[in-house]
Amino acid sequence: MPTTAGERAAPVGIRLRTVAAVLAGKAAGSLARRLGRGGGTALPGLLAERIEPQVVRRLAGQIRGPRVLVTGTNGKTTTSRLLVSILRAARHDPIRNGAGSNLMRGIAATLLREADLRGGLAPERPAVLEIDEATLLMAVGELHPDVIVFTNLFRDQLDRYGEIDAVAEVWRTTLGLLPAEATVVLNADDPLVCGLQEGTRARILTYGIDDPSVAGAAEHAADSRWCPRCGRDYAYDALYFGHIGLWRCPGCGDSRPTPDATATSIDLSDDAARFTLTLPEGKRTIELPLVGLYNVANALAAAGAALAMGLAGEYVGAGLAAATPAFGRQERLNVNGREVRLLLGKNPAGLNQALHTIVAAKGEKNLVFLLNDDIADGTDVSWIWDVDYEMLAGRARTVIAGGQRAEDMALRLKYAGLPPALVTHDIAAALQGGLLRSGEGEPLYVLPTYTAMLEARESLGRWASAGHYWERDDGI
Amino acid sequence: MEYEIRIAHLYPNLMNIYGDRGNLLCLRWRCEARDIGVKVEEIGIGHYFDSESYDLILIGGGQDREQRRIAGDLAEKGERIRAAIERDTPMLAVCGGYQLMGREYRTAAGDVLPGVGVFDAVTVHPGEDARRCIGNVVAESTQVDAPLVGFENHGGRTYLGPAARPLARVTRGNGNNGEDRTEGAVHRNAYGTYLHGSLLPKNPRFADRLIALALEHRYGADAPALSPLDDALELSANVAARALSGRTWRGQAARGGRSSS
Repeated sequence: MPTTAGERAAPVGIRLRTVAAVLAGKAAGSLARRLGRGGGTALPGLLAERIEPQVVRRLAGQIRGPRVLVTGTNGKTTTSRLLVSILRAARHDPIRNGAGSNLMRGIAATLLREADLRGGLAPERPAVLEIDEATLLMAVGELHPDVIVFTNLFRDQLDRYGEIDAVAEVWRTTLGLLPAEATVVLNADDPLVCGLQEGTRARILTYGIDDPSVAGAAEHAADSRWCPRCGRDYAYDALYFGHIGLWRCPGCGDSRPTPDATATSIDLSDDAARFTLTLPEGKRTIELPLVGLYNVANALAAAGAALAMGLAGEYVGAGLAAATPAFGRQERLNVNGREVRLLLGKNPAGLNQALHTIVAAKGEKNLVFLLNDDIADGTDVSWIWDVDYEMLAGRARTVIAGGQRAEDMALRLKYAGLPPALVTHDIAAALQGGLLRSGEGEPLYVLPTYTAMLEARESLGRWASAGHYWERDDGI
Repeated sequence: MEYEIRIAHLYPNLMNIYGDRGNLLCLRWRCEARDIGVKVEEIGIGHYFDSESYDLILIGGGQDREQRRIAGDLAEKGERIRAAIERDTPMLAVCGGYQLMGREYRTAAGDVLPGVGVFDAVTVHPGEDARRCIGNVVAESTQVDAPLVGFENHGGRTYLGPAARPLARVTRGNGNNGEDRTEGAVHRNAYGTYLHGSLLPKNPRFADRLIALALEHRYGADAPALSPLDDALELSANVAARALSGRTWRGQAARGGRSSS
C-alpha cells in the first residue's frame, strides 16, 4: 500500500487514522474550552476514540519515561498531584491528567492535549495518571504501566462500583497480568489493599503510618475490619481512620507488613502536616502544606511511587513541600474578603476525614453541605447516614443544605443535631446563604459531592474572579 | 422517662451497608422527641439472643461476604428469633438482612445459605452477570398512608411463598424480583424490605408504626399514643424522592456488583 504524505510526516509507528483522531480531538478540545464547556476534559477523547479506537495505545506507546498509574477510593487526585510535584522537583515534566478525568476517555483527552499535531509525544516524559478504580483493568491493558500506586479501598458509590469485594477482585485480576519488571506500591495500613500482593509477579513496595499517637476513634463507616481469610475481627494496635491502621489478625496471623516508606512523629496543624519520612536511604523531615492525616497517607503513597521510580529523597522532600491542594480538595478561595474552604466529600471515609479537619479548627463553624446524585456522585445517597456528622453538633453557627438531594441532606443534618437554616436545590443560593450567614472573620466551609463541587467551584470562582477550573487545575 | 423500648440490633458491624444505621438514628430521634427511652443492644456473632428481651429487632444489609459470615450464627439464633416474631415482636430487616430472614438465599456463587424462615420467601441470585436491581423505588403500602420511598441495590431476586404477604407494590423500581411488582414481606409484626435510603427517615409514618408496635409489645393496652411531630422536612424529602424515581434507569448501567447480595 502506498504511503501518504501524512503518514510519512508522522512519527514512526503513528498511523494516519491516529493523526486524524488527534486533530479531531484537539479541535474539539479547543472548541469546548472556547465555548466554556468544562474545559473539554472528556469530549475530545470520546471523539478521537470514535475515529481511532486504539488512540490511547498508539499515543501512550511512544512514552519511554516511567508510566505511573494511581488508583484507589480516596486520595487519587492528591497523590497524583504530589507525585507530579516530586517529579517536577527532580526536573521532569510529567504528562498528567486532572480535574477527575480518570476514565479512559479522560486519559485519551490528556494524551491528545499533550501530543503534537501529528500525534507525537516527547518520549522521555514520565506519565502520572490517576485511574478510576473500576477502569484500572482496561487502563493497564492500554497503558502498560511501570508502577501502579494503590491508596486505599473504601466503600464508595455502591450503585456504580458494586461492593468492595468486587473492586478488590478486579484489582487482583489486573495485578496478575503485570510483568515482573513492574512495581506495585501498596498501603500497608489498609488490609484490603495489602492483600493485593498475593498472586502478582510484580515487585511490591509498601508504605504506612507508624505513629499510634495519631490514632482516632472508630468510625461508623468502617466495615472491613475483619479478616477475609479466616473471618476473625482484626486487632488494631492503632486505628487511624476507617479500617486503616496497624492491623493484625489474631486468627490466621496475617498482619501489616513492615513498610518500605513510613511516616513517624506526625504533627497535624491547622494548615500543614509535619512528619519524619523514612525511606531505605534515610530519614528526612517533611513539611506538607496540606492538612489532615489522610494527606500524610497520600504523601506516603507519592513517596512510595518516587521510591519505585528510583528518585532521590531530596526530591521527595522538595516536591511534597511545594504541593498545593488539588482542585476542590481543601481549596481556599477569597470571596469578597471572606475565606471559603472547599472540601470534597463523596463517600463516608473521605467525608469523615474532612469533618475531622473542620472540627480541629478553632471557632464556630459555618457549613454548607451540597449533595448531588448524578452518576459521578453516586445515584444512591444513603451513604450520608454512615457519615459521623454528629461530631460537628454544637459547634456550628450556620448550617445549609443544598444540591439536587438537599432534602435528604437536610434530614441527615437534622438527625445529627445540625438543623439547617436553609434547604435549597440551588447551589449558588446555598453558597450565598452561607456567605451571608457566616460570622465575621470566620471561614465558610463548603462540603460538596463531586458534581456539586464543580458547580460550587464555578460560582465561587466567578465571585472570586478566579479562573475556570481547567485552567487552575493544570497548574500545580 | 416513663416508657422505654428495647431494640436488638443484629450484627451492627457486619450488616450496616448502604446507611442502614440511619434507621436506628431515626427511631431513636423519634422516640426521644416524645420522651420515650431507647435501649439498644448490639448482638453480634456468638452473642446470645433472648427471644423475650426485646421490643424491636433490626437487621441491615450486607454483602455476600458478610452474609456468609453470619449465616451459621444466624442459624443457631434462628429458633429464638422465630419465637420472638411469633410473640409479635416487631422487626425491620433490610436487603441482605431481609434475604436471610427468608427461608434460604442462593448466592451468586451458587451456594445456599439457610435463612431464619421468618418470611415464607426464597431468594435466588441469578449469577454475577445478571443485571442488578439498582435505583430509586416508590412503593404503595397498605401499612402506611404515604408511599414508601427508598433506594434498592440487590442482585438476589426474592420470591414470596403462599404464607407471605408483600409489604408494598412498586410503582417505580424493581422491588422483590422485578417481575411481580411486589416489594418486601410482612409476617405478623415483622417487615422485610429492599429499601435503603435510609428507609425510615424519609418514611416517618412507617417509623412511627414500628415504634407504636414496639410500645404495644412492651406495654400492651397501656402503651402510650404517639404524639405528632413536626415532619415537614421528612415529608418534603419523601415527596422529593417520589419525583426523583423516574431516574431509576441510571443506576442500571452499573459495572461491578459481583459477589454481592
